Amino acid sequence: MAEMAEATFLDSNELVLNMGPQHPSTHGVLRVILKLDGERVLGADCVIGYLHRGVEKIGENRTYVQFSPYVDRMDYVASVSNGLGYCLAVEKLLDAEAPPRARVVRVILTELNRIASHLVWLGTHALDVGAISPVFYTFREREEILNIFEEYCGARLTTHAFRIGGLQYEAYEELAEDTLTFCDRFAKRIDEYERLLTSNRIWVSRLRDVGILKEEDCKRYGVTGPILRAAGVKWDIRKAMPYSGYEEYDFDIPTGTNADTYDRYLVRMEEMRQSIRILRQAAANIPDGPIMAKVPKVMKPPVGEVYVSIEAPKGELGYFIVSDGSTQPYRLRVRPPSFINLQALDHMVRGTLIADVVAVIGTIDIVLGEVDR
Amino acid sequence: MRFLDKFLFTDLIKGLLTTFRQQDPREIVTEQYPSQRPRIAERYRGAPRLNVDPESGETLCIGCNLCALACPENLIVVSTERNPETKKKELTTFTYDTSRCMFCGLCEDACPVDALELTQDFELASFSRDGAIWDRQMLEEGPKPANYEY
Repeated sequence: MAEMAEATFLDSNELVLNMGPQHPSTHGVLRVILKLDGERVLGADCVIGYLHRGVEKIGENRTYVQFSPYVDRMDYVASVSNGLGYCLAVEKLLDAEAPPRARVVRVILTELNRIASHLVWLGTHALDVGAISPVFYTFREREEILNIFEEYCGARLTTHAFRIGGLQYEAYEELAEDTLTFCDRFAKRIDEYERLLTSNRIWVSRLRDVGILKEEDCKRYGVTGPILRAAGVKWDIRKAMPYSGYEEYDFDIPTGTNADTYDRYLVRMEEMRQSIRILRQAAANIPDGPIMAKVPKVMKPPVGEVYVSIEAPKGELGYFIVSDGSTQPYRLRVRPPSFINLQALDHMVRGTLIADVVAVIGTIDIVLGEVDR
Repeated sequence: MRFLDKFLFTDLIKGLLTTFRQQDPREIVTEQYPSQRPRIAERYRGAPRLNVDPESGETLCIGCNLCALACPENLIVVSTERNPETKKKELTTFTYDTSRCMFCGLCEDACPVDALELTQDFELASFSRDGAIWDRQMLEEGPKPANYEY
């Protein structure tokens, strides 16, 4: 994209426009350099790193247990999923497995977190496209989920809910009850959102056939999550490589056909419904038993490397850890879904109008904390 | 009929009914914060406290330094002194830098005697940077939630 920055105004009618880093629709501090021909977008170049904190390097300087609060701060909208991925990776390294009760509680909390993350996406995405009201409703429901988190582990956003080997906190008494009440209430609320948006003419015309990313392009970019599923690929790590006991639950993988922004909206809405299905099954029978596996207090995993990925709300979230036998990881690499999905932005916005860039950034569902790490 | 609807503002009344249906005082969620305290979860991780024996007033801390080792930010400093008479380690100073704390709760988990505890207090503002570094006395006294009376 070097030639883009050098483009002068004398030899063309192209205009280079900086969108962000203080643009409300870039969901944080993303800067997009747009090359424009009038209202048409000729190319988009993302400038990232404004929120870089060196999380991977911090990981190399902390013990395995000490690093677990930091992973919450990458994708802070879905901190529970981040924690689960990290704990699973270290558990695989230690050859330990969380007990059944811990696994079920983990599934409940991560699925609640998936709904919370999708609610933030829906609210802000609708806000970007011009629908003001959904955000009030989605944040109202998210509040209920955060209350469950607060009751469970004491924090609402950066939860630090799981520990390596299981859970630190015993599930509080009304966890199952609260979850089921939330499910009942929320099932009706999704229909409410759909009534507001799904057949809304403005909503449909803003989203349909915008930001198309076909199956082969998804695979080329390594895009995962709802974007890949909207392109018609039935790929969900919860089904393909089950972890934390997901194979025991009955749920479907929603897919789209048109691979456009509207289909991605429908896929995420259906995903929330499937999460409710999983939550109902999980909350109905939480087994009794211990919540912590036998893991050493001072963790010195054997020399080796491990890659574990989970289906985070935004796509495949992977942790690659290299152990040299000491108390600290030799190398810790995170494969964040937002970072990799964001690469496809240039492909998706080419040829669209400048107003559609906002819709496409919204549909990728990025969290800059995770993109920049 | 259309004319009558227009004349009697039926649409307006319908809309206002929906509005007033949402005005149920039980559903008002706004907290009048300083005068009305929010409900905090029992497991909330807030201001730290160093527990003392309620009867004798002596600290429960045994000076084992495990919290300082568990802390990812290394913000706890514990110093101890060996009592020449009883040959036991005794706590002398204990500092906790709340400005760097992310309230992950690892120190609390590490404590073998439940001396260090993260309480439900969340008002941590201070006027200076030094004020955020809490010494043993402040930690033992525990948080003093401000009382705002109007």
